[in-house]
Parts: sequence; C-alpha cells; structure tokens
Amino acid sequence: MKAVSSGKGKKAKTDSTEEIWNLRLYVAGQTPKSIAAFANLKKICEEHLAGKYRIEVIDLLKNPQLAKGDQIFAIPTLVRRLPPPIKKIIGDLANTERVLVGLDIRSVSGLV
Amino acid sequence: MVKTKHDVDVLEKCPTGIRGLDEITKGGLPRGRPTLICGSAGSGKTLFAMEFLMRGAMDYGEPGVFMTFEETPEDLAKNFISLGFDLPDMMSRGLIATDHVKIERNEVEETGEYDLEGLFIRLGDAIDSIGAKRVVLDTIEALFSGLSNATILRAELRRLFHWLKDRGVTAIATGESGDKMLTRYGLEEYVADCVIFLDFRIEEQISTRRLRIVKYRGSSHGSDEYPFLIDESGLSILPITSLGLDYPVSTEHIATGVPKLDTMLDGKGFYRGSTILVSGTSGTGKTSMSATFADAACRRGERCLYFAFEESPSQIIRNMSSIGMDLARWVKKGLLKFHSTRPSLYGLEMHLVTFRKAIEEFNPQVFIVDPISNLSAAGTASEVKSILTRLIDYLKMKKISTFLTDLTHFTGSLEHTSEEISFLIDTWILLRDIELNGERNRGLYILKCRGMAHSNQIQEFLLTNQGIGLIDIYTGSGEVLTGSARATQEAGEKASELARRREADRRLREQERKRNALETKIAALRAEFDVETEEVHLMAEEEQTRQAVQVEDRLDMAHLRKGKPSAVRQSARKRRGKGE
Repeated sequence: MKAVSSGKGKKAKTDSTEEIWNLRLYVAGQTPKSIAAFANLKKICEEHLAGKYRIEVIDLLKNPQLAKGDQIFAIPTLVRRLPPPIKKIIGDLANTERVLVGLDIRSVSGLV
Repeated sequence: MVKTKHDVDVLEKCPTGIRGLDEITKGGLPRGRPTLICGSAGSGKTLFAMEFLMRGAMDYGEPGVFMTFEETPEDLAKNFISLGFDLPDMMSRGLIATDHVKIERNEVEETGEYDLEGLFIRLGDAIDSIGAKRVVLDTIEALFSGLSNATILRAELRRLFHWLKDRGVTAIATGESGDKMLTRYGLEEYVADCVIFLDFRIEEQISTRRLRIVKYRGSSHGSDEYPFLIDESGLSILPITSLGLDYPVSTEHIATGVPKLDTMLDGKGFYRGSTILVSGTSGTGKTSMSATFADAACRRGERCLYFAFEESPSQIIRNMSSIGMDLARWVKKGLLKFHSTRPSLYGLEMHLVTFRKAIEEFNPQVFIVDPISNLSAAGTASEVKSILTRLIDYLKMKKISTFLTDLTHFTGSLEHTSEEISFLIDTWILLRDIELNGERNRGLYILKCRGMAHSNQIQEFLLTNQGIGLIDIYTGSGEVLTGSARATQEAGEKASELARRREADRRLREQERKRNALETKIAALRAEFDVETEEVHLMAEEEQTRQAVQVEDRLDMAHLRKGKPSAVRQSARKRRGKGE
C-alpha cells in the first residue's frame, strides 16, 4: 500500500474541525489509465477540496488481497471512504463533472 | 492446447463427479477450459456449479474457487449445507475459496475508461491461495446489470475467458437463459468450448428438470435431453439412453416363490436378471405375486427394492400377512425396502431418476414395480415406452431381476395395454379372471418366456392362508372349469368312477360264481360217469361168471353122461376163484 497525501495534507490535519476526505484509488500497476486517473483526481481535489483531503493509492498487483475489502472489480476505482457513505467511481476520472457528482463534492464546494 | 478435427481424444476431460453427467459427456467437462451452464431461474445452475466444485475438492483432489456475484457468503454456506457440504470447514482446510463480488449499480459511478483487472486480480489471488484447479463464476452476468459500458464489458469478458484458459483452470460460468439466445447477454459467444443447458419445465402441473449438452467442441457427447433430479445429495442425471444391448446375461435360475410356477417354468423359475411382467385386471393377485417374489428373494438373502404406487408399505405388509407372508421381518433385516409414492407426484422422468437413485443406494438383486401401468398417467405412451426401455436396459446391465406388474383394463384384449413394452419383457405371466357359473376365479398362464421351455397350461390361481397356490384346471370332457364348478365336476366324476368300479366288481363276482357252478357240474358228471363205468365193469364180470358157470354146468352134464365129471368141475372152480 502506498499512501499518498497531498501537499496540503499537513494543513488539513491541523484543521480538526473540518472533515477530512479520505479517498482511495485502486490501481493495478502503472497503466496509462491509472496514471491518468491519479492525475485527474489530484487536480479535482486541489480545485475543490484543497487542504482537506487525503489520497491513498493502492496497487493491487502488490496487495491483491485488498481488492476484496472494498469490493473492487474494475480498475481504476476511486473509493470515498470518508465522509460516509462510501462512494465508488470507476474509470480514469476524465469527466470532472461526473466525478464531482459521484463524490458528492458540489454541495460541499457550494457550501464552502 | 492444440486441437484438430481428427484428434478428438486429445481433449482432456475433467470429471465432474455429478452422477450421470460424466457418462453423457464421456468423461466430464473439457479440462482447462471454461464451460457455460445456462438455464432459467431456478433451473439448478448454481447447484450444478457447486457440486462440480465440491466433488472436485472431495473426490478428485482439485481445490476450487467459487466466485459469486449474487449471493452473500452466508447464503452460499447455507446452500452448500443443503447438499451436505460444510463450506466453512472446507474453506479452513484450503479446499474451497469463495469470493463474493458485490456490484451495486447505485453505489458505483462510471467515468471514463476502465477495465476489470480488479476482478482478475481477485480471482487470481483466490486461485493462488489454495492452488485451485476449478473455478466457478456465478453468475458473471451480474456485471451487465451493474455496469453500463457494454463495450468494455464484452472486451473484458473475452479477456477473462482467455485468461482462465491461460491459467489452465476448468471453469464454469453460469448464465440466465434469454429469449432468442441461450443466455440473456450472449455469454455463449465467449465460452465456445462447452455449453450445457438446464431446463425446468412444467407440463400438466408436473415439473421435470432436463439437461442438454448444446455443444461440446472436440468431443462426442449424448445429445438428448436428460432428465435430472435435485435432492439432498445433489444432482442425478439419467443417461440411460447411452446404453446398448450388450449386457451380459445369466443362466442362473431363481425361484418365483410359487413352487408350482417354478415347475411351469422348466422346473426352475425365472432367469436371474430377466424382466418379468405380470399383467392382469384389478384383483387378480398381482400384488400378491410381487410380494411372493419379494419374499422368495429375501429368503435367499437377496436385497429387494419394492416400488409401490398403490399401497403404503404397512398396508402391503398387513395384506400379505393375510396370505401367510411375513414381510415385516425382511424390512427389519434390511433386505426389503419399500418406496411408496403416488405416481402423480412427479413427472415420468423424475420417477425414473428416483428409481435409478434408489437402485444405486440400495443395490438390490430384485427390483419390483407395482404397478408399472400407473406411470403411464404421468406421460404419453411413447414417453412411457422410451423411459421403460431405458430403465430396463439399465437394470439388465446391473443384472437386477425386474418384476413389473401391469394393470390392464376390463375392456379389450388383456394383452393389449402392455403391447408397447412387450418387446422388453422376457417372461410374461398373465393373470385373468375366469367367470363361469356365477363365480369369478383367477387363472394364470405364461404368455411367453424367452429361452425356456414352459408350460402352456392355464392354472387356477388360489390365494390361501399359506400363500399362493396353483391348481391344474379341470380340462376333461372338452370343458375348462374352475372354482366350485371344477370341484363339482370332480366330485361327480369321482362318484361315477366309484359306480363303475362297483359294477366291474359285481361282474367279476358273477363270473366267479359261474365258474364255480360249472365246476360243480363237471364234478357231478364225472361222478355219474364213474358210476356208470363201475356198473359196466360189474356187468361184464357177472357175464363172465355166468358164462363160466354155464360151461361148468355143461361139463357136469357131459360128465354125467360119460362118467368123468370131477376133472371139469375142478378147473371151472379154479377160474372162478381167480376172477373174484
């Protein structure tokens, strides 16, 4: 497992009153789709969740047994672990609009 | 694996362990390849897959992975328990690995390109964890309802089945049957090696499960629809059509239980392993015949399986005790086993599967169905014929002596209703009513008996408290008489016989008397004759004496005349003395 925190991770930690978005990206090796997904995700997070997100990238080729826990069948899959409920988005996250809907970020950003 | 059209045997097969299936497929499913099992909901796909895995793990040392897309592991464990397998135990022993892939459409958002590598990884991980040789995907179609991008799905499925082949596992994928295609999502397109179709049909309120091998690339296989049964021990398929007519036969004879009937059958009884049919109208004693045969088998220490379609076991036992037969002791000893069901309970083929299953479990030497004609209520004549052919071929191969009874109807020829199956029957006994003089009596005769000299006599069939008795029917003076008419006739005959004998005695005595009279007469005549003879003698002597006296007198006279009388007198006296 490779936990990748954003550059602003420290800042998020200090801000304890706000919810921290815990996101997991499941990949299988360094495929173009996985790389694209990670890049797309990071961009979206920076734009909408700056300072309060944390991304874990899990390479299933290295830890295949982790696929069961989050019911992963497609690659890449993004799982929103926090805040609940758990949400899943599969694909390379190229469609930002749908990612925002899928992660339910719009309302959050709207409030912020 | 390279496969050529002419090299069929190259294909290695993986035995399923499912009863009957390996016979139809001539060895099992194609090893190292995926097989598609399709069928409607409730047709037994999951069960098929489960049994394939379990038998593989238990009987063939091939661990298996069960990947389910529908049921939770808890439900799965329950399903396995219903087949008598303890899933958690097998999982802990490393024989089975399960993985539940849950796809909820409303939880998953799709955006952009993706593949199903996650599934591959999970499957690969499960396979590696126990060194699995078998894989079940039940049912992979859930992906179609869970994901919207069909293009990606199809490409990935193709890749999945290739990947399974590369891993060398024998896989089963299940799929729901569709309207025009075999499966709703056309899975058969990807699994091209072997496709098995399970059908669940209801005809006239009776359900029958059937299995058909739609295709099996590179292998010959049975192509019929085979009925199958699901019960607490899994699937049983009935592949009887695959049998031929090359079963071994026995020359051993077995007693019928009725000594007189044995006598009629060349003095020895039925052949072992032959098929015996007893037909007759109701109340002619078919069940009694069956029970007697069963009793005889148990006396020999053989096991007997008795399928009763009309009476419950306890009723048969009670009724047979009234003719002096104690069947309960054989049941207690485990030699006799009853199966009582109503024929309408299942479809015809299901009955056959039940027969076969019971036979395999009990392994009897004698198999009785009473009556077989009730089965025809569960199917058409041609179905009955085909099913019975299969059953009898199967029984013959197992050298099981089969005793069938057949209820014929009052109207029409007695032989008629059984015509369809007569070619299957080795020994055919007919029980019939003989109605005469206000009485109904039972008659028995042997219609045919293959390979044995047999009596052509009609015997009167009696049920006594000592069991079944056969009596020669009265056939004197050109009439056939039974029952009291026979008894009367016989009594009458006895009386006239007696009278005739008396008459003869009387004549003998008369003759004797006449002889005596004759002899007396002869004696009297002889006596008379003797008397006469005596008299004749006496007369002759007197005459001589008289003549001698005359001569003497003459001499005396002469002497007196010449003076020398003494010499003549002396010689005459001498002669007279000698004659006295």
